[in-house]
Amino acid sequence: MTTLLMVEHLKKKFGALVATDDVSLSLNPGECHAVIGPNGAGKTTLIHQLSGKLTPDSGRIIFNGADVTSVPPHIRAHAGLMRSFQITSLIPGFTVLENAALAAQARAGSSFRFFRPAARDQAVNVAALEALDAVGLADRAAAMASELSHGEKRALELAVALAGRPKALLLDEPMAGMGREESRALTEVLVDLRHSLPILLVEHDMEAVFALADRISVLVYGRIVASGTPDQIRADPVVRDAYLGDEADAAVL
Amino acid sequence: MKDAAAPLAAPHADAAGPLRRAAPALVLFAFLALIPALAEVWGGGYLTSLAMRAMILALAASALDLLIGRAGLVSFGHAAYVGLGAYVTGIFITEGMASVALILPAVIISCALFAFITGAISLRTSGVSFIMITLAFGQMLYFGASSLSAYGADDGLTLWERADVFGTGLLYDNLGLFYTLLLTLIAAHVAASALAASRFGRVLIGAKQNAERVAAMGFDVFRYRLAAYVIAGVVAGIAGFFLANQAEFVSPAYMSWQRSGDLIIIVVLGGMGTRSGALLGAIAFVALEEGLSSLTHDWRLIFGPLLILAALTAKRGIAGLVDAPEARR
Ligand SMILES: Nc1ncnc2c1ncn2[C@@H]1O[C@H](COP(=O)(O)OP(=O)(O)OP(=O)(O)O)[C@@H](O)[C@H]1O
Ligand SMILES: [Mg+2]
Repeated sequence: MTTLLMVEHLKKKFGALVATDDVSLSLNPGECHAVIGPNGAGKTTLIHQLSGKLTPDSGRIIFNGADVTSVPPHIRAHAGLMRSFQITSLIPGFTVLENAALAAQARAGSSFRFFRPAARDQAVNVAALEALDAVGLADRAAAMASELSHGEKRALELAVALAGRPKALLLDEPMAGMGREESRALTEVLVDLRHSLPILLVEHDMEAVFALADRISVLVYGRIVASGTPDQIRADPVVRDAYLGDEADAAVL
Repeated sequence: MKDAAAPLAAPHADAAGPLRRAAPALVLFAFLALIPALAEVWGGGYLTSLAMRAMILALAASALDLLIGRAGLVSFGHAAYVGLGAYVTGIFITEGMASVALILPAVIISCALFAFITGAISLRTSGVSFIMITLAFGQMLYFGASSLSAYGADDGLTLWERADVFGTGLLYDNLGLFYTLLLTLIAAHVAASALAASRFGRVLIGAKQNAERVAAMGFDVFRYRLAAYVIAGVVAGIAGFFLANQAEFVSPAYMSWQRSGDLIIIVVLGGMGTRSGALLGAIAFVALEEGLSSLTHDWRLIFGPLLILAALTAKRGIAGLVDAPEARR
């Protein structure tokens, strides 16, 4: 199997701050690769570069055999590299279904169609409902996105990414701000997905990370300080020092 | 998988049926259709020409609302397209090419081209920069028209005849012009409503609320906005065609920033991104202008505060009071 997403020597500076410092990593088909690290380590900055929101200063990003380093976000998404946002990013005035349907519409032929009501586009609606169903939101389809609870918004955030029928997912802290129960439920959703859909998972919730990841890379001050299987990472003294040192996380380990 | 049919029927959270949704516009169109008869009774062509003015403004404002209300693009140069359409019409008639078969394609092509070029530049910016750059392009056209010495320059251009509709003389009398304009306005209204609910409309409206997310879904937001900009320019140009025929006169003043400001006022007053906002706004604008200017020469001194009051009290404008409830856009 060939590598789906390959990142080579990525570098990004904000003034004097090196937010991404010579990062290389890969994502293989059927794999969940978690990137963990303390606040401000540069995880979101990395996702931004992979999705195209930020352009790296140097380095290369290869997706599905093509160099996408300087390709704009919508083309990457169109190629199947879909992301979610750490800070929930939805269309608040749309219903739950419309949010997912718009994402599905992006992958269902031209949207330069001006007269037929989009709401009656059954193929798009079915794809959207499937995505909502996958995250357990199907019964909230008619609710306004702005009226959802925080946990529901996070689930919709994921559903929108899924509705675009991605080849690979970049998830930036999907569990951010969730309670323990909600977090576990979402982990279940991702467990079901991860072998059919490669996932690059940025997450602080160690329970979720160790439940999901086939591989873990640890990012500290923009650098990958360790990378390996969950067992290797658990045992790594450098990682324990730099990141997993605090008691809450130690308890999980 | 859940039953797909149930939630799909009302995905807008629009409880109102199609008749209730269309009702305000139907009432307004019926009212407009009766105006020539009313004018007959009250013995004045003045009412008819006032109504035509309102309809021309409504047509241009409905185009502008596609940008402001649906796409979130506040263009401050939209009157330039009305003026461009009027000038192309005026110049063609002056040059003896009075057939609509020549004029309308010329209006459409020139407005589409101007919108495409200036839109491609303007849409690289956003917010206040976008307002300023569209204003600048509008003023550019205004000064361009002012310097057309062959066609009246500053003084404008008087037309000695109206456009010819395949030898029928349809537009030669005010009644024919009135009903042609009304039918055009109805068609534009129906098209605008359909567009707002179409795939294209969904992308535009989504991008207004969260462009980054819509791009992350795989849409090239710029292209959709540019297409909307071109459509809005063309529709405003057609409004200009009617303006030239109705007034039998074209003037650079049609393109001034004050006229662009009037169109924004109409959109805001009527209700941004609403079904019948442009229509209601234009009728209210003309009625207020008429009523207040008969009271005092400085009617804008009253109109201004009135407008601010309206904007503060009714967020969805006049349409918010009469339109069927709609999902928050
Ligand atoms: N646009 C920017 N301009 C300047 N500095 C930035 C910018 N974006 C991020 N940074 C800085 O880069 C560093 C990495 O930020 P980033 O958001 O990638 O961290 P993170 O690992 O996602 O953190 P968290 O776990 O809190 O989400 C931080 O020090 C942050 O302040
Ligand atoms: Mg982050």
